[in-house]
Amino acid sequence: MITLNDYLLVSGLLFAIGLAGVVLRRNLIIIFMCLEMMLSAANLSLVAFSRFNPSNGLPDYNGQMMVFLIITVAAAEVAVGLAIIIALFRARRTVHVDDLDAMKH
Amino acid sequence: MPSVLFYLFSAIMLGFGILVVALRNPVSSALSLAMSFLGLAALFVSLGAFFIGVIQVLVYAGAVMVLFLFIIMLLDIQAEQRRKLNLPAVIGGSFLVLVFALQLATVLGSFPEGHRLLNAVPLSPETALAARQAAGTVHASIDQDLAAGKLPDVKLIGETLFTRYHFHLQIIGVLLLVATVGVIVISRREDKTAAPSEPAAPAPSQP
Repeated sequence: MITLNDYLLVSGLLFAIGLAGVVLRRNLIIIFMCLEMMLSAANLSLVAFSRFNPSNGLPDYNGQMMVFLIITVAAAEVAVGLAIIIALFRARRTVHVDDLDAMKH
Repeated sequence: MPSVLFYLFSAIMLGFGILVVALRNPVSSALSLAMSFLGLAALFVSLGAFFIGVIQVLVYAGAVMVLFLFIIMLLDIQAEQRRKLNLPAVIGGSFLVLVFALQLATVLGSFPEGHRLLNAVPLSPETALAARQAAGTVHASIDQDLAAGKLPDVKLIGETLFTRYHFHLQIIGVLLLVATVGVIVISRREDKTAAPSEPAAPAPSQP
């Protein structure tokens, strides 16, 4: 049977995969996708805790409200982030992070 | 939810998550991420969070991934694929993930609350109905569903959102407005005379 730990483990593994993607990949858009994956992993933890800590026989809806707000903020973040990537691509002709080192020098 | 389905959807979520990192073609990565989010939505549904599951499919697997695919095809970044991985990043990343997984296993192993089964914490609409009536919150539609032994997930979320979290909802609305204005400002062309020299955005060339 499924325990809370199973959900937390799956959520943590998804977060770890996203973290690995952010560190390993050099493509800005892929890095951005992996950030979304990490946000979703956090959402899974929140929903699992909400279900496993019921209040008055119902899931704790405070946790699900948090997830709702996170999803909304993530959608806004994607819009702004992709606009920045577009502007960056127009200026530099690349989305490869190794080429975007102007602030290093 | 039977255990088999949990393992199936977890495998879908994690497997396609690994493919997002492993595949070289950005379009394949984006489609894998959409599949990964579908698996995640199924896990949400397994936890009784129906509304969150639907929102996950609509917002993430629908809107956000289409936006990603649109940008990938707009920028036409096929040429980026030929680079080789740099070794320090691979070693550092793997080490980081290994440490994280080890830490996760240690924390979960010493977390007695986490060993409860899903069946051991059942939802009881009767208790909820009694608590609501004792607290004096009367909402006929929700109470009817609870009396019928159902879990009116969307109605309860709506009630919570528009009573306890109404201020947060307004803040989020302002945030979305600011993001919309910001996106328009950022993506506007600064110099109108330079516009014809932009080679941007031919139609997507890949199938």
